[in-house]
Amino acid sequence: MKFKIWAVCCLAILGMISSGMAQENADTANRATTASISPPAPPGNLEPKDTPDDNGHSITLGWSLSPDDGAGNKSVLGYKIFRSTNRDTGFVERGVSPSGSKEYVDMGGAIPEENDYMPNDTDYYYKLRAVTSDSTVYSETGVIGPTQTTGEWFNRGRTLVLVFVLIFAMVTVFFIRKARSGAELFVRRLAGIEAVDEAIGRATEMGKPILYVLGLGTASDIATIASFSILGRVAKKIAEYQTGLIVPCYDAIVMTVAQETVRTAFLDAGRPDAYNEDMVYYVTSNQFGYVAAVNGTMLRQMPATNIYMGTFFAESLLLAETGALAGSVQIAGTDQVAQIPFFVVACDYTLIGEELYAASAYLSREPILLGSLKAQDYGKAAVIALSIIGIIAAQFNWTWLVELFKSAN
Amino acid sequence: MKRQVPLMLVFTLALVMIIQYFVPNDLSLDTNEFLLKWIIIIGVFAMALGIWSLIRVSYEKIKRRVPGWQYPIATLLGLAAMIIFGFDYGRHFSTAEGLNNPMFLKFFLYIIIPIQSTMFALLAFYIASAAYRAFRARSALATLLLLAALIVMLRFNPYLGIFGQYLERTTSWLLNVPNLAAKRAIIIGIGLGSVATALKVMLGIERAYMGKD
Repeated sequence: MKFKIWAVCCLAILGMISSGMAQENADTANRATTASISPPAPPGNLEPKDTPDDNGHSITLGWSLSPDDGAGNKSVLGYKIFRSTNRDTGFVERGVSPSGSKEYVDMGGAIPEENDYMPNDTDYYYKLRAVTSDSTVYSETGVIGPTQTTGEWFNRGRTLVLVFVLIFAMVTVFFIRKARSGAELFVRRLAGIEAVDEAIGRATEMGKPILYVLGLGTASDIATIASFSILGRVAKKIAEYQTGLIVPCYDAIVMTVAQETVRTAFLDAGRPDAYNEDMVYYVTSNQFGYVAAVNGTMLRQMPATNIYMGTFFAESLLLAETGALAGSVQIAGTDQVAQIPFFVVACDYTLIGEELYAASAYLSREPILLGSLKAQDYGKAAVIALSIIGIIAAQFNWTWLVELFKSAN
Repeated sequence: MKRQVPLMLVFTLALVMIIQYFVPNDLSLDTNEFLLKWIIIIGVFAMALGIWSLIRVSYEKIKRRVPGWQYPIATLLGLAAMIIFGFDYGRHFSTAEGLNNPMFLKFFLYIIIPIQSTMFALLAFYIASAAYRAFRARSALATLLLLAALIVMLRFNPYLGIFGQYLERTTSWLLNVPNLAAKRAIIIGIGLGSVATALKVMLGIERAYMGKD
């Protein structure tokens, strides 16, 4: 028994000694490897340039790889970027770029109070260091500079956008002027909008109110602005039919604008006495709190018609399904592509995409507003034509069209 | 004149914002930031109007004993409690400190968050009921939708073996070709509609939002 204990102890000691030796050998080997690193060849052609199409405060550096980056003795792990406002001293590390990279954007702050402030129209000098696994072994380029940062007066990446906007604006103005001169403009039937009159009539017959939901957008969202216009037309008809209107709002500014819109509509309809400020009210700016309040209103007041127009997110289905359960006729329109299927499923009529923007013109039948719809149609025709040209260009490997659109940002 | 001044303001500011989009320099960015701050300032004043509207409508409901008049009582009590705890007047009378008030946090963490989660969780059931209605094969197009939905859903089934790979490929095609094409068409339409609406607002053609005099 004693012999066994001695044997186990001896083996354990031997094991410890041998593992210690092995560790020492490994350390020695590592030191040897580290010591064997020779300084890599420096990267070349360091070229700092003012970053284009921005407000300045940024320099883009380009370089060619060190011969030991991915080739040679493969010792380069990355590149450290140093910057100074003086050619000889004061270089500060600005960042690290991984091996294989040939570009780095040195972005500074635009606010003088910030530590990272990088004023425009100042001389900047750069040098680049190829680093290895040993922090003491590296190679550097010479100091390059000076380079200055400048804020641009035009973002060239948006030239294409500007051209398209200008052309589209001209076409829109042309059709508006044409409509003003009395030209007849054909506009295709929009079932969802035609249903509005019918829905208001139904509500009047049933003696129940109409619920109008402006969505979760703010007053500066274009879909909400379009929704205000539709609300105005709907409220005017409601005033004429003397039906009830409920407009619960998610945003306080939206509520204020909606109150003005409805008041104007009642005034236009010659029924200012029927306007009640409490028709349009604020609920909450909490998404699901808002849903709970609107759903509660739907189930308690059982509106004959629910109209959802504007920007909607996850609440779209919660609202529309509750409305369907309450047996209301439902008309919806949104610019949120992901929510359109939910409305299509749960509502009787859905305005898809740009139909939301066309609804106001369609409801009012004002020639000037209809003129802008024509411009939209021509815009779509232009996009279809460009798509066909793009398909043809892709078949023949003509990359110029793709490059043209790639340059846009 | 009451009409012209707001319309001129809209036109000028819209033009400034358009120019700002194409000009990237500091002056342009500062202008954008300045105007965005104005939205926040207006929002704060509008919030006071919003809260007043909520109080008035709730009070009217309670006074007239409309169906469900008890709910506005809970609304008003909740509003008052969060304002009182949020200001934390006992110590600092500041909203920033008030957000860390223990009672404010308790109300937020143990009442508001669970209620929100409950509402969001309801979405799962609503999706199921909506899907049931959407996928009824009443016409050729509805049947096509049903088939597409089945393929997309079945690809998540882990027991389909090699057949699952075919479903995966078909799903990718469905999502990346017809689905994406339709989505892009809608997005392009929305883009054009947005520009047209913005132009109408800017030129004063569409002014329903503006009210009357």
